[in-house]
This record gives sequence, structure tokens and C-alpha cells, in this order.
Amino acid sequence: MARHGYTYSAGKLIKHGLTRGDWPRMWRRPEARSSYDVVIVGGGLHGLATAYYLAADHGMTNIAVLDKGYLGGGGSGRNTAIVRSNYLTPEGVAFYDRSLALYNSMTQELNLNVMFSRRGHLTLAHTDSALRTMHWRAEVNKLQGIDSSVIDPQEVKKEAPSLDISADTRYPILGALFHPPGGIVRHDAVVWGYARAADHLGVHMLQETEVLDILCEGGEGPDGKGTGGRVTGVRTNRGDISAPAVVNCTAGWASLISNMAGVPLPITTHPLQAAVTEPCKVFLPTVVVSGSLHVYVSQTDRGELVFGASVDPVGTYRVNGTLEFTEELAGHVLELMPGISKMRLMRQWSGLCDMTPDYSPVMGTTQVDGYFVDVGWGTYGFKAGPVAGETMAETIATGRDADLIAPFTINRFTEGDLVGEKGAAAVGH
Amino acid sequence: MIVVNCPHCGPRNSSDLRPCGEVTSRPDPATASLSEWRTYLYMRENPSGWVTEAWYCRSGCRRYFTIERNTATNETRRSEAS
Repeated sequence: MARHGYTYSAGKLIKHGLTRGDWPRMWRRPEARSSYDVVIVGGGLHGLATAYYLAADHGMTNIAVLDKGYLGGGGSGRNTAIVRSNYLTPEGVAFYDRSLALYNSMTQELNLNVMFSRRGHLTLAHTDSALRTMHWRAEVNKLQGIDSSVIDPQEVKKEAPSLDISADTRYPILGALFHPPGGIVRHDAVVWGYARAADHLGVHMLQETEVLDILCEGGEGPDGKGTGGRVTGVRTNRGDISAPAVVNCTAGWASLISNMAGVPLPITTHPLQAAVTEPCKVFLPTVVVSGSLHVYVSQTDRGELVFGASVDPVGTYRVNGTLEFTEELAGHVLELMPGISKMRLMRQWSGLCDMTPDYSPVMGTTQVDGYFVDVGWGTYGFKAGPVAGETMAETIATGRDADLIAPFTINRFTEGDLVGEKGAAAVGH
Repeated sequence: MIVVNCPHCGPRNSSDLRPCGEVTSRPDPATASLSEWRTYLYMRENPSGWVTEAWYCRSGCRRYFTIERNTATNETRRSEAS
């Protein structure tokens, strides 16, 4: 059985072009059932990927994905679409490399062009200590078979000729970690691809359905929530839905949902701002990241430069932009690429990041039976989407944390076994 | 811009100060169990709404204070020296 329903092909494109026939809708708007085997809260990349892999790999199709807005309206549509696997910890490297492999085959698997552009990824070092961390990362990466190496400024110039590598800048480029398999993906297409495939396999996507409470029994907290309890369903603005398994995939809103189950999270919510310039001729062949300058840049296929920054220091659920961000961003980008000083910014936006103390996610089973978390994605949720979905699906189907995510369970905070990924996951450090 | 009112220096742009996160109660390190201590260290309420948080006036009086801020709107009220 095809996994994706109506097959997209060049032939279909010609047929629809000639007949001007409507394309079928990519997914339905079903009526909610009163009970499901699994309820996934959050209809973004992580929620939809989890639903898809539950259905495709484990044959569970009585699943609902709930979103208080529309599919992919949160971080999935606001990130800067960069993928890579050159992390710092062995746990992180193994995890993200699997994600990169899934992105690589996604266009074929989902029959939707996600426009994965494997263009190489440069992380610039402007200080001796940054260069030392790059060497460390390169060695960890190589040990696990990842294509990753430290290159000098001349080689950096070859990869990205628009960068200023002269020694008299404020933050001279001393070298870079070069990761050829990294690149960018069209993030909306990934959401649509998973949603379409999940819908075809029978998953219900319930949009504009907000979860107001998680129903539990037997726990030590009020209303049977908390440690030792068991999930029985969710209360939504459209009525109660019973389910023995509830998954939290709500990124920036993760704490609000998790507190409903009596499971506190080590998370604070911060906005991350991004911006895009007017389109111009393609001149930047790779993704360029600078930790010291708090910025990352890539050029889309349309020719726009997409800029991202570090998270705002003040935790908030409000996503409006700040003048400080635009000012700093422009200054930092021009230090890297003085040649683009005449370009204008078109748009600026921000998304919510669920930051953890160790910059690693919180995944898997919790102290409440049937309540699963896939949260704490901070600034790297997009690149992890496919593997997070795959491993969460395995965890839900088997009731046991998948091997790849075992280091990321919530127990690590009570056991003091943190996975420090700040050296490779954060831009601002 | 988030305006934060330092009780000593008056209203300031939040970028002049350092946010130190929500105020939590610290258990007695001599008697706290490991899990109580780590809950204090890592777990956060992270509400959408009014929260009491600590700030450090790094470019003014260099003193800590608490303020209430609505994390959904970024309004602030009731600043208090600590």
C-alpha cells in the first residue's frame, strides 16, 4: 500500500496543468471520536512525525493529533530550516545523524519534495577557545563516522567567498568546523508531507482543538495527577477525549501542558527571533554559523538570506520582535559579510523555544503512566523532527524508552546525569 | 522592549538588567533529599501569566530585586528590593 495517498508526479503535474483540475486536499478535517489509542498534543513537525511513524512502523492508526491552531503554525514554520549532525556529545551525534538520514530519504518516502539542499555547514571560530571546541567536536564526530573537520580561513573563503576573513576585523575568523552533509530543508513541506502521509494512514488531525486539561487517576497529586498516576484522556474546548496514552509535543508551551499532568519540567520558554532579507542572486553556497556573533545565515532557493539569532534572554510567551535584535543582527551579519550592506530586511518574526538547563531535549516516558514527553527542543527541534517522531513512536508502541533517547529521559534531572550539549547546540554562549 | 522598574534606579529597558528567572524557595541543603534539591535546581513552573522573578541591575545599582511580570504580555508591576 502506498504510504501517502494521491501520488505526486511529473505526469500528474502536466495533467492538472492542462485540465486545470483541482488537486485533492492533502488531509481531511475529521470529526473527533470519543476515544483514541494515542492522543498527541501539538500538530507541529514532532507531533505529526510521531503520528506518522506510529502508523507506518507500528500499525497503530487510531490516533489523534490535536492543535490549538493550525498544523505547523508554531516552531515548525518559524525555524531557520537548518539540518546537521555535528554535535558535541556522542549521544547527540548518534541521534541527529539518524535524523539527517531520515531527511535524506524523506522526499521519496513521503512523495513530497521537501527540497533538502545538502550544501554544507560552516561553524566559524573567532576565538582560541571556540577553535578548541571545534576540534573537540570534529574528533567526536569523526569517531562516529560523521563527515566533519576543522578548516583554516583560506578554506573557509573557498566554501563561502563572501565572508570577510581578514585579520583586522573585530572578530577575525580563525577557522571553522566544516560539515558537508549539513544543509537546509523546506520546513513547511516537511510538515505537509508528514500530515498527508499520516492522514492517509488513518490518523485524525484535529485543528483548532485546544487541550484544557489532562485527565489522570491514581496519582499522588490533586485530581489523581502526578507521580504514580495514569492518564485517562484529555479535556479540550470541543469536549473530552479518552485515551490511554497522551504525548506532549508542544515545544514552547510544553510546561503549560505538562503541568496539567502534574509532571513539572526543567524548561523555560524563550522567544528566538529570525529575519529574512529581500531576494538576490545566489551567492552564499553554504550555511554559515557564528557562535561568537550570535548569528546563522543561509540563502534560500528564492535568494533570500535567512538570519537567525540566539534566544532572547528574558523568558516570555510573547512573540513580538525587538529593536535590539534587528540592530545587533544587522551589525553582526555585516561583520561577517560587509558586501551585503545595501540589502534590506523584509520580515522579522519569532518562535518560542523550550530551553532546558543542559541544551538537550526531554523525551520518553514519565512518572505518570501513559503520559509521554517530546519536549525541551530549544533551538534545535527542526533538525531532530524525524528521529524524534521515529523514537517516540517506538517508545509509545513498546512502552519502553527507545535506545537512542534513553540518555534524554526526564530521570536524568533527578539522577544528576545531564547531557551537556551547550557547546554545539546553542548559538549564544 | 520590556520596561523593568528597578526599585533603586527606576524604570529601565530589560537589556540593561540581567533576568535571573522565577523565584523559587530553596530547601535547606543540610536536610533536603537529592530529589528535593534537584527539583529546586532544575524544575520550573514556567507559567503563561503573572510570575515573580528576580533581576540583577547589572548596569545600575548592581543589586538584586524581585518584580512581578506577566509572561503573556510582558507587563510588570510591584518591584521590591531583596
